[in-house]
Order: sequence, then structure tokens, then C-alpha cells
Amino acid sequence: MKKQTVLKVLLYALFILLAAIIILPLAWMFLNSLKTNKELFQNSLALPEVPQFGNWVKAWQSGLYRYFGNSLIVSVISLIGILVLSSLLAYGITRFQTKGGGLIFLIVLGGMALSEQVALVPLYKILKAIHIYNTYLALILPYIAFRIPFTVFLMRSYFLSIPKELEEAAIVDGYNSFQIFMKIIVPISKPVFSACGIVSLNHVWNEFLFANVFLESKKLMTIPIGLMTFKGDLRADYTGMLAGILLASMPLIILFLCMSRQFIRGLTAGAVKG
Amino acid sequence: MRSKKRTPYLYMLPGLLMVLVFVYIPVIANCVYSFFRLSSYSQGMTFVGLDNYVRFFRNETFWIMIRNNSLYCIISLIVQVGFGTVIALLLESKLVKTRARNIFRNIYYIPALISLTAVGLMFTFVYEPNLGLLNSALKALGLSSMTQSWLGDSKLAIYCIIAMSQWQFTGYITLLMVVAFQNVSEDYIEAAIVDGAGPVRRAISILIPLAKEQLLVCIIITIIGAFKLFTEVYSTTAGGPGNSSQVLGLFLYQNAFLHDDLGMAAVTGVFIFVITMAISIVQIRVSRSGEQ
Repeated sequence: MKKQTVLKVLLYALFILLAAIIILPLAWMFLNSLKTNKELFQNSLALPEVPQFGNWVKAWQSGLYRYFGNSLIVSVISLIGILVLSSLLAYGITRFQTKGGGLIFLIVLGGMALSEQVALVPLYKILKAIHIYNTYLALILPYIAFRIPFTVFLMRSYFLSIPKELEEAAIVDGYNSFQIFMKIIVPISKPVFSACGIVSLNHVWNEFLFANVFLESKKLMTIPIGLMTFKGDLRADYTGMLAGILLASMPLIILFLCMSRQFIRGLTAGAVKG
Repeated sequence: MRSKKRTPYLYMLPGLLMVLVFVYIPVIANCVYSFFRLSSYSQGMTFVGLDNYVRFFRNETFWIMIRNNSLYCIISLIVQVGFGTVIALLLESKLVKTRARNIFRNIYYIPALISLTAVGLMFTFVYEPNLGLLNSALKALGLSSMTQSWLGDSKLAIYCIIAMSQWQFTGYITLLMVVAFQNVSEDYIEAAIVDGAGPVRRAISILIPLAKEQLLVCIIITIIGAFKLFTEVYSTTAGGPGNSSQVLGLFLYQNAFLHDDLGMAAVTGVFIFVITMAISIVQIRVSRSGEQ
């Protein structure tokens, strides 16, 4: 029994140490985002004399609010597109005995192996050719397309686990296939929808490569690329910059902490079993 | 009857079209571009055969990039997948209360939710030689002799970037592995306890083999991520000092949009494609073998 206690203490000590490593840089950033630049230069480890919440306001007003709006628009539309198109596709693959269904699944799954970098240059040319370069659509369409393969992969294995009997009963009741999808498949699959939603949102909200290349005007920039331009706009205002990074990172962290239970349940419900 | 036959395809068509138009066509076009000389600003293309490939493999930074991407890959496999899995196993240990486990698991996952640019910018401050967290802490601990210029040191820069990624993504792998371990049926574990298997024995002979697929998926995600590496380097060193922290993804970007050498960018793309494709074929095989 003594040995158990010692092990337990060691285990918790390790967990706390690791948690400290994760939290330390974040806490340091938080601390310095509340200081004046002078205080930061004197000693970045000291506490602020008077918390400068004005830094946060300044960061917000110097463009962050616009980047937030853009990120919100791009993310919401992309997320709807990803979930709708992927669930329909996964439904088509799993619930009908169709010729070519297996092949279509392989083609879509193959998309997982194709990375954004490889498509970057031609996509840039395509978006210019169809005149949507430097619009929200220049991000939304590629985001949807690149997230479909993984989302279909997750949804497919979930849909396969739904018993056929449910559908057969619905067919007897006179439902057509779209009604079955809306009234049976979608409600049962809530956990996988929320897990896919969070995974995709994390990706789209934080995406940088496409946002950096396919947008030009500052009015349209999303948060990750907006932060990079901050570097130039705020010049030597380091504390304002730290405040900006902090504010920009908050929404997803808060969302995750609120939804972590559903998220884990969605993943555990067989989604990432592979 | 006819429309009935078409229905399944109507469900599949919109998603499939998106993937074909915005994923497959650009990738194929990229392979074609790799044999041409072309510019972002004009439509003209000149066929140059293998010239771009020759220039790519002979480029002075080629071996630096291979070294940096491989270093990133190997260290990430050891720390994120190896250590991350060990942490997941420890979190699953019977000694840890469910509540504590969930709290730690969530804390470890937080960095994965922050954008790569935000983390990159934050760590530029952490590594900053004069006022950064790292040097300030070393000085405060009386270890001034160990202070470095970190990202400004051509020998250290790539390791600083790699360390930053371990900070960001180890918790992500831990979370995925915790989920996989929780999917292992209690019955197996109970049976093993009855047979007198200790916690280490249970981990090695039950949990890991039964979560093998997920572990392989994590390994593949990590390897592919290592060869797609871009934002982490772009937002911290931009490949410097000199070319010391140059990586394939950044090289592609710089050639395409700074040097207007789309042919060279396309070859880099093909190179990344071949590496990630090879790894993904393994992934598809593994995930399909799991179904049978």
C-alpha cells in the first residue's frame, strides 16, 4: 500500500510539472499583455504595477475586431459546407448498395493524402481565373474541399454502425431516402457531427497558408494572417501585440473547455477508430 | 425506377465534385507545372523537361531542408507519439481519478487549439534574447552563462522551432490515445487483472495492441505533418539565419510568391507529394485491414 502512495505522488508530480510547462508561456504572455512596454523591457518576469487593460482594447481596435469578423464569416460558412456535403456523401456511400460507391470512397479518401502545399500554386491560378481570388470564397471553397475527405472518413465509420433495422422501419412508414437522412441518420449522429465540427473548426479558424496566399486586401484577412500584419502595424508596441495574440487565441480555447465532454464522446463513439 | 437508381449519386456528387475540382485538379496541374517554366503574373508556359528537377536537387538548400524536415519528423515521433502515448497510458492508470485525468488531458490539449501563427509569434517573444521568457528565467535562476540568442543562432534555430511544436502538439496525440484506450473494453482489462497482470504488463500486452490502429494513424499524421511544415517556420525565423532553418514547405512558398519561380515551387510540391503519398498508402492499407 505504501508503494502505491509513493507512485501516486510521483505520477501527480509529473502531471503537474507537464501542466506547468504548458501553462507557463501562456501565463507569461498574459502577464506581459497587461504591462506597459517600459515594464516589459525592465523585467518581463515581474508583475505589472497597474494592469493595463487598455492594451487589450488597443489591440482589439487596431484591426483585431475586423479579423474576428472575417474569421467568423469564413469559418461558419465553411463549417456548414463541410458538414452538409460530407454527411450527404457519407450517407450515399454507406446506405445504398451502389455500383461505384467503393470507388468514390477511395477517391475521396485519397484526398486525405494530398496536402495543401502541393495544390497551392495551381489553386492560386484557378481562383484568379474564376475571379474569386481575394474574396471570402477564395478561402471557403478550398477549405470545404480539403476538409471533406477526413470528415467523410469519420462519418462513414459512424454511419456504418447505425443498425439497418431503423431504416427499414422508416421505409415501411413511407419515408423517402432524404427524410430518412434528416429524421433518423442526422439525429442519431449528433456526437460525430460535433466531433467533426470541432476538428474542422480548429483547422479552418487557424488556417494560415491559403489565407496568406489567396487574400490580398486587409479588409478580408482572417485572424492568423491578421496577427502577422500586426507585427508591422504595432511596430514596437510589444505588449499590444501580446494582448492581440492572447485575445485571438481565446475563443477556441473557451469553446473547447465548454464542449470538451461532447467532443470526447464524439471521438470515443467510434469516430476515430480508423 | 430510373430516378431511384440515380438518388445515391445525387448525395455523393456535390462533395465529390468539390474534392475533384479543388483538390485533385490542382495537384495534377502541379505535376504538369513541374516540367515548365512559368510565372504567377502571366499565362505563358515554356516546356523545360527535367530542368526544374535538376535545379531542385542541386540546390544548395536541398540537403538542409531534408535534414530539417527529417529532424522535425524524428523528434516529433519520439516526443509527440512516444512520450504523448506514455502520458496517455499514465493518465489511464487506475491510480488517477477520473476528474483529475480529464482536467490534465484538457490542459495538455489547449496549445493545439491556438493558431500556428499565434504560437509562432508568442514563441518569438519567449525566445527573444533580451526580454524573452527563456533568457529572463535563466538569468533569474543565476544561469546567465546558459543564455542564448535561440532563434538568432543558426545552429539552434531549427531545434527551437521543433521544441515549440512539441509544446503545441504532444497533448493532441495524448488526447487521441486516451480516447483510443478508453475504447478498449473493460472486460479485457478485468480479465488481465484476474490473471495477475500488473499495470505495465497490461499496457504492453493489452492497451497498446488493441489501440494499435490509432497509434499508427498518429504516427502517420505526425510524419505527414513534418513534411508539410510551413507556418511554424514562416512565423518565427522565415528560414533564417541564412538558410539554416529552411524547410520544404517554406521553400515552395518562397519560390512561388517571392522569387516567382513557379516551376521550382511545383517540383518542391511534387517532392512533398511523393513523400506524403507513400506514407498515406500505408495509412489506407492499415485502416482498411482494420475493417476485416
